[in-house]
Amino acid sequence: MAQKEFAGQMIEVNEEGYFTKPEQWNQEVAGAVAREEGLELTEKHFAVLDYLRKRHFAGEALTIRSVGKSGVVDVKDFYALFPGAPLKKATKIAGIPKPTGCI
Amino acid sequence: MFILYLKHSIISNMKNVVILGAGTAGTLMANKLRKKLPAKTWNITVVDQERAHYYQPGFLFVPFGIYSEQDVIKPKDNFFPKGVNVIYAKIDRIIPEENKVTLENSEKILDYDFLIIATGTRIAPEETQGLLGDLWRKEIFDFYTIEGAVALAKYLETWKGGKMVVNITELPYKCPVAPLEFIFLADAYFKKKGMRDKVEISLVTPLPGVFTKPIATKMLSKVVEEKNIKVIPDYNISEVDNVNKKIIDYAGTEVEFDVLVTIPTNKGDDMIERSGLGDDLNFVPTDKFSLQAVGHPNIFVIGDAANLPTSKAGSVAHFAAEVVLENLMCAIEGKPLDAKFDGHANCYIVTSDKTGTLIDFNYDTEPLPGLYPYPVVGPFKLLTDNRMNYFGKLFFKWMYWNLLLPGRSLPVTDHMSMKGKRYPKHHVN
Ligand SMILES: Cc1cc2nc3c(=O)[nH]c(=O)nc-3n(C[C@H](O)[C@H](O)[C@H](O)COP(=O)(O)OP(=O)(O)OC[C@H]3O[C@@H](n4cnc5c(N)ncnc54)[C@H](O)[C@@H]3O)c2cc1C
Repeated sequence: MAQKEFAGQMIEVNEEGYFTKPEQWNQEVAGAVAREEGLELTEKHFAVLDYLRKRHFAGEALTIRSVGKSGVVDVKDFYALFPGAPLKKATKIAGIPKPTGCI
Repeated sequence: MFILYLKHSIISNMKNVVILGAGTAGTLMANKLRKKLPAKTWNITVVDQERAHYYQPGFLFVPFGIYSEQDVIKPKDNFFPKGVNVIYAKIDRIIPEENKVTLENSEKILDYDFLIIATGTRIAPEETQGLLGDLWRKEIFDFYTIEGAVALAKYLETWKGGKMVVNITELPYKCPVAPLEFIFLADAYFKKKGMRDKVEISLVTPLPGVFTKPIATKMLSKVVEEKNIKVIPDYNISEVDNVNKKIIDYAGTEVEFDVLVTIPTNKGDDMIERSGLGDDLNFVPTDKFSLQAVGHPNIFVIGDAANLPTSKAGSVAHFAAEVVLENLMCAIEGKPLDAKFDGHANCYIVTSDKTGTLIDFNYDTEPLPGLYPYPVVGPFKLLTDNRMNYFGKLFFKWMYWNLLLPGRSLPVTDHMSMKGKRYPKHHVN
């Protein structure tokens, strides 16, 4: 298991850079991960990250659809906040596992 | 008077199992249950809105003229055992607090002691803006319904070529390999017609690649590459522009098409939503081991209607049926439920009009290479492209009508077996 330094803290990550210990997450660490992804976090970003972490800890599978229906952001805004592949990016910054998209 | 009274008391002592939906899962459950539950004490009632049973895996072959509608349809009545009440009606809703089911346009109310939900999934093109626009079933087709598959067959007969875009709207959708099989068959079809050079085929998918599970993805990516099929991954469609014939995703990426083959959003039936039993796609939250509806111990869910983290496929319904049966019997006897579902799925995948491959997996184990169902002799080779596996796919149709629906055993084990399987060399899990 690899370790990586974010905001002065050693974080356990997997080969794709996703946190393997979501409890190591905090706002400063999130900011540092986001900067690596080329993003400056705003309050809106944090609202989404909080939502994702809550759902994750409740054991729910995360999908773009469920985020779009959350009332926190709609899908368009979700893309605007985390451009490209929003769910992959947002979960990485939220310190939770990458959704597998069960098939 | 006395006889009447006696009759009445017998009737009221009868217990009821109600099965909602008589597709793959509901039909095979009805057959299995009737064998197991004594007819003197248990009524079994099945409800479905349609009298025709379609062999859905056959829809894949319809657009290419390999099967016609007649090849994939039989009356539902052919498959119910004696002693099962069949009601053809649209289910209005389940009232779980009262153990009742109501029907549309009918005063009849069905009381149940145990309920089995098997209402499957349907395509919901209305979820994507513009999908049901002017081009629907003219230049935009699905092949997950018989109507769509037949319309596409007609269209392709005279199509002159151009850009064929196959787009998966979102996850989950039933039979996850079907879109890949569709492009493989399309490739063969256009080659045979001598016009492959006039057709550009692309797969536009929300997945990060052609499939999710790593080892199978590697094998299938190779086939896709050999056939010169373009893959656009990580694509989440937001709308269809019917005027300029292109699809647009949330990131703004546009893909032009001459013919669009869509796998629309899949949803559980609206009845599930009306009953307050669904998630945001109307799938029923289900315990992945016991197959009970979460929070409703006397409701079991089988087939595509459940929100299980495994494929939505007929083979999964078949493997799950033994678990539902065992657990239902335990529940009736008031014992703890001891059968546990492992998420077993098994799919033949056609890779052309002559060859096929085969995958076998469950909740924990991804598809692996090897021999199936028996080590050493096979005869089918997992994750290997060959002629034998193609016959396996065609043979599946015979098995479906003759073994699977009547609730007989298939020549394979219900729980996934590691026998005959191996991890490829150098594979790191
Ligand atoms: C193109 C294609 C290819 C496929 N290929 C394969 C394959 O190779 N292998 C494989 O294993 N699987 C395959 N599948 C998947 C397989 O067909 C399904 O997973 C399987 O049929 C699911 O069974 P089910 O009983 O859950 O749902 P269904 O068989 O769809 O049955 C649901 C039933 O419920 C009824 N119903 C729903 N709502 C109501 C209501 N409100 N009132 C009354 N009745 C209602 C419907 O009329 C229907 O009869 C394929 C599917 C498609 C579309």
